Amino acid sequence: MVAILYLISALLFIFALRGLSHPESSRMGNIFGITGMIIAVFTTLMFKSVLSYYEIGAAILIGGAIGSFIALRIEMTALPQLVAAFHSLVGLAAVFVAAAAFYDPVAFSIGKVGSIKTASLVEMSIGTFIGAITFSGSVLAFGKLQGTISGKPIVFKFQHFINALIFLLIIFLIVLFVINQSPTIFWTIVIISILLGFLVVIPIGGADMPVVVSMLNSYSGWAACGIGFTLSNNLLIITGALVGASGAILSYIMSKGMNRSIINVVLGGFGGEQDTSASKDNSDKIVKQGNAEDAAYIMKNADSVIIVPGYGMAVAQAQHALREMGDILKKEGIEVRYAIHPVAGRMPGHMNVLLAEANVPYEEVLELDEINHDFPMTEVSFVIGANDVTNPAAKTDESSPIFGMPILDVEKSQSVLFVKRSMATGYSGVDNELFYRDNTTMLFGDAKKMCEDIVKSLSA
Amino acid sequence: MEAHSSEVFVIGLTVFFLACIIGYYVVWSVTPALHSPLMGVTNAISSVIIVGAILAAGPQGFDTSKIFGLIGVVLASVNIFGGFLVTYRMLSMFKKKTKKTKEKE
Repeated sequence: MVAILYLISALLFIFALRGLSHPESSRMGNIFGITGMIIAVFTTLMFKSVLSYYEIGAAILIGGAIGSFIALRIEMTALPQLVAAFHSLVGLAAVFVAAAAFYDPVAFSIGKVGSIKTASLVEMSIGTFIGAITFSGSVLAFGKLQGTISGKPIVFKFQHFINALIFLLIIFLIVLFVINQSPTIFWTIVIISILLGFLVVIPIGGADMPVVVSMLNSYSGWAACGIGFTLSNNLLIITGALVGASGAILSYIMSKGMNRSIINVVLGGFGGEQDTSASKDNSDKIVKQGNAEDAAYIMKNADSVIIVPGYGMAVAQAQHALREMGDILKKEGIEVRYAIHPVAGRMPGHMNVLLAEANVPYEEVLELDEINHDFPMTEVSFVIGANDVTNPAAKTDESSPIFGMPILDVEKSQSVLFVKRSMATGYSGVDNELFYRDNTTMLFGDAKKMCEDIVKSLSA
Repeated sequence: MEAHSSEVFVIGLTVFFLACIIGYYVVWSVTPALHSPLMGVTNAISSVIIVGAILAAGPQGFDTSKIFGLIGVVLASVNIFGGFLVTYRMLSMFKKKTKKTKEKE
């Protein structure tokens, strides 16, 4: 009976992910997910060994209240941090469950204290290891995304060598732990894994965070898997594998969006102090600067506008003002669409959520492959808070660090408007030659303020 | 006994690989626009680890294992409620808007 109920719950989780193939079916998917979770929890509560309903109920209420409070209050622009924070909790929970299984193996029927089955010990320590890495890695990712810690990659000598040594040390400790089952070694594994989690995320820069967040998502799944093997629980194994696969695929999509291998991102150090060669003397080149009225004039006289949002839009919270601008243009009979680069923002799908929050219909929001061939037929590209994802150097300059990265071909549209705070380079540190083209107009200022000013000029 | 436990492990491994394959295909079918909600949902369901925490917190009385279990239940509950709610919030923003805006005009 228990196995059947767990199976139903696992199937519901699969349907929950399946629902996300389309916005219309996605809400039903979420309900499947919730139902699956309720079934899983109640099935477990029906176990004969589970007697302390009050304590468990209280724990669920406390956790649920905290989770609900945070989820309802959070700003959509802060989503990446929130997701990172949540991942850290999954990792920590995995560590605690593993510890509980270690201290009371009878409750999980994996042996007795001091004589736990070897297989269970191995699985338990792997679960602990991945859980602890997920925990500390996510905490650090959270700090970088929140801005409490500098987003700059921190690189030092022999970094990867040290990480490799620590990894070997952990394997050695796991072997030792399996042999003598000592609590001291268990906690040493936990602490060293936490340290390794920090060290792994430290060299990775702010804009590579989409990959890191996806990777940690994946780890949290594998941690659940590890615990699932320990408890011989298929539900945990299935769910963990689903989550693990999901995070791995997202990491793959994200690093492909930057034309870099996952390994390259993980090794980190990108966007740091290097690439000084790229900022070669552009000082004498002329930049055409414009203001909100110029932008309003240019767009009003166009037939089609493609808006390219980037992380800068999220930082300035410009999505609502931007949508307002789009609405006015649409009323004028101008075709307005949005082009989303896979790595725009700080987490997969970040821009889509922000635009959806601002009530932009999702039909107008298109992915790179869907819209890229339309740029030559487009009159105005309105780039707001994005830079590297439009840089033609990715196609032409083999020496550029971003060479080979798929970009949005804004340069093919008749004119380009760039909303930017300054001439500063993007995350990659590479100068964008587009800024100096004749058909480019730079609009310097805060993204939100600029959109509001354009709205004023348009309605005037 | 040994043969039995290795059998259990192989069954687990079978389930694991099949689930990975299902996960692979299901996740590729997710539309890129919904990748953020996908992270929200996966985050919520990975907290199914609460099952293990409840088992640990189950027995009466108080010992180390039970305390760890209860902490696990709290942590996982934060994620379950938080994850599903934040996903719900994201997804409700992806409702069809064309009709609504027309009504307003």
